[in-house]
Amino acid sequence: MEKTILSGNEAIARGFYEAGGLFASAYPGTPSTEILENIGQYAEIQAQWAPNEKVALEVAAGAALGGARSLAAMKHVGLNVAADPLFSMSYQGVNAGIVIVSADDPSMHSSQNEQDNRWYARSAKIPMLEPSDSQEAKQFTIAALEISEQFDTPVLLRTTTRVNHSKSIVLLNERAAIESKEYKKDFAKNVLLPTNARKKHVFVEQRLKNLEEFANDCQWNRIEWGEKSLGIITSGISYQYVKEVFPHASILKLGLSHPLPKKLIREFADQVEKLVVIEELDPFLEEQIAAMGILVEGKNRLPNIGELNSDIISEAFGLKSSAGASVLNDVPIPPRPPVLCPGCSHRGIFYAMKRLKLTVMGDIGCYTLAAIPPLEIMDTCICMGASIGYAEGVEKASGEKLKGKLIGVIGDSTFYHSGITGLIDIVYNQAKTKICILDNQITAMTGHQENPSSGLTLKKAPTNKVDLEALCRAMGIKRVVKVDPYKINETIATLKAEMAADEPSVIIADAPCIIRARKVFSEPYFVDPEKCIMCGMCHKVGCPAIEKDENGKTKINELLCIGCDICRQVCKPQAIQKPVG
Amino acid sequence: MQNLKYAVTQKHPVINVLMSGVGGQGVLVASDILVLVAMHAELDAKKSEVHGMAQRGGSVVSQVRYGKKIFSPLIEMGTADVILAFEKLEAIRYLDFLKPNGIVLINEQQITPLSVFSANIPYPQNIEELCRKKTEHVVLIHGIKIAEAVGNPRTINSVLLGALSNFLEFDEHHWMKAIAERVPPKTIELNRQAFEAGRLGNESIG
Repeated sequence: MEKTILSGNEAIARGFYEAGGLFASAYPGTPSTEILENIGQYAEIQAQWAPNEKVALEVAAGAALGGARSLAAMKHVGLNVAADPLFSMSYQGVNAGIVIVSADDPSMHSSQNEQDNRWYARSAKIPMLEPSDSQEAKQFTIAALEISEQFDTPVLLRTTTRVNHSKSIVLLNERAAIESKEYKKDFAKNVLLPTNARKKHVFVEQRLKNLEEFANDCQWNRIEWGEKSLGIITSGISYQYVKEVFPHASILKLGLSHPLPKKLIREFADQVEKLVVIEELDPFLEEQIAAMGILVEGKNRLPNIGELNSDIISEAFGLKSSAGASVLNDVPIPPRPPVLCPGCSHRGIFYAMKRLKLTVMGDIGCYTLAAIPPLEIMDTCICMGASIGYAEGVEKASGEKLKGKLIGVIGDSTFYHSGITGLIDIVYNQAKTKICILDNQITAMTGHQENPSSGLTLKKAPTNKVDLEALCRAMGIKRVVKVDPYKINETIATLKAEMAADEPSVIIADAPCIIRARKVFSEPYFVDPEKCIMCGMCHKVGCPAIEKDENGKTKINELLCIGCDICRQVCKPQAIQKPVG
Repeated sequence: MQNLKYAVTQKHPVINVLMSGVGGQGVLVASDILVLVAMHAELDAKKSEVHGMAQRGGSVVSQVRYGKKIFSPLIEMGTADVILAFEKLEAIRYLDFLKPNGIVLINEQQITPLSVFSANIPYPQNIEELCRKKTEHVVLIHGIKIAEAVGNPRTINSVLLGALSNFLEFDEHHWMKAIAERVPPKTIELNRQAFEAGRLGNESIG
């Protein structure tokens, strides 16, 4: 058997391939993005980006109904968007199997909250598998499709960042020969009218009982007997930390962690002197076990905030105290947060908004970096598409106070994801909200995935492009203008005119992502130190290529500068210059 | 120093290597290669890192663990055998991970973070000295010079792996195989030369 090193995401893709998967869809989101990117490399599987997670899940569910083993992948907050189909799919059940991957992000490495999506399995009443490494990520993907078909249910594969983005050794198998099923018309199963849905709810409750029986005996839930003075129940990545910290304890490792294998848990609890649950985030297992009347410890010692690791668990159980004083206590280490790339088109539009002292309702993308120094122009970042609703709401609440000063800013991918309906609300409810769409024609932050404005599919085949301007006009926005955000004065003038309008307006900042387009505008710019008066204006645009020399004068890093010209336009003494020729 | 070389043994069952740098320097490819080397040497291996926002010029850290059997993909504080820093400042950012008297390999390159200019936090000038408070085993590598001598500054990660290889007990052919598997096919020979140059360059400096 061939072995290789795979990330959790690569392993999920491989598992889907080996299980005979035929259709997969997703909207990109850290830490889930690479699942679909990797599935896309298998010619046998149709894989595509959807404009949002709800659509991804609906299309995947349709493909499963149509007879193809299917997968939908998303980050944890994406499942909020897809929750509507999820809860009703649970009643409907499946034809061919479907697995829904929820990639949670404890510690919020790249997210706006750290919700624990295990609750979704419980409230949608569907089975859940939690892999603890890449080998299990592959096996559990295959198992999820089998369970889906055996029990007539969608299955949640719940991962966390440390599983998705860690790499470990995986044994590879061949692709199984799974025949696709026939589509069947079935009124009682697929039409959730109340009369059918009431019967389906009875089915769902019985299915949970059957799944609990299955969980008691299935190979994914296992006891590793050690010393019986301490028994630990754990799941997902926490299992790996438990093995480091408590090498001699007895462990009940839950791979199929919803519904709980109650019989197995009682057997385990009866034989150990002390029972502890070690799980990240919420006391999901602990509360259910306590509700069984079993004495159990867990969150009385462990944090429910952030990722766990061996250090945190060791300290929580008094096995080690924080290491002594750091040798670095007295040395301030300059932080190195992510920054807008040198030459990024977002820099120009935000600089223009800053000059006009606008109040900006923000959204989710690379451009959220405009909320932090030195730009500090974005006031909100909540969820996909919220910039538009928030801008309309603040406008309606603030009346004249913010008139002409309030704008919502959203990227193209985020607009297609959840912005369109917000814009319809502006038209329908006669708001006068101004919205700026940063159209860089790619989903940039998650690593440049294609989207409805990029003209390419996930598999890089040419496809239709949405006409953004025509779309906004069709919704009823009369003022739709395009600006080139690299031309600061023109951008300021256009923004000024649109902000003054007595009706809604959409300003499209029309410039492709320079990283994606591999664009270089010119040779690196340079500074005439005689002319530099150290006013600091150029540092306010927040470009990583703009540095200071030993005298405090501006210096341009030749390795980073791509000649976008924005810093030259803000330099009043004309010290920053474009190379000739 | 020349004799310090870590091997997986009964007494030292797990080796932890932390690699740090700046987005775009090739830290993730380098740590991929080390994990493959361990796998080819018939060991268990895991690595962990965080993607996403880090691609935008942020601080990047990748943790590699290998040995007979590896559970956690994360290195505990004070247990890294080696820190390989692709950039000077990134050597001290994760220094608390180093075990007492572990090895710090520092690429002699400064990439000044924006906060130095915008927030006026000075770039520490005594990085080697700070590392020496924790260990006597500090090695400076003139990675860019070596990579340029090889003919392409983008082979810096292979140069640094070459330097690292002097301190880890692996057969050279495992390194060569892993490099070939992980770098673009057209650059395999160049990266192998860079690895060799890093391996020698380090010895002459160390």
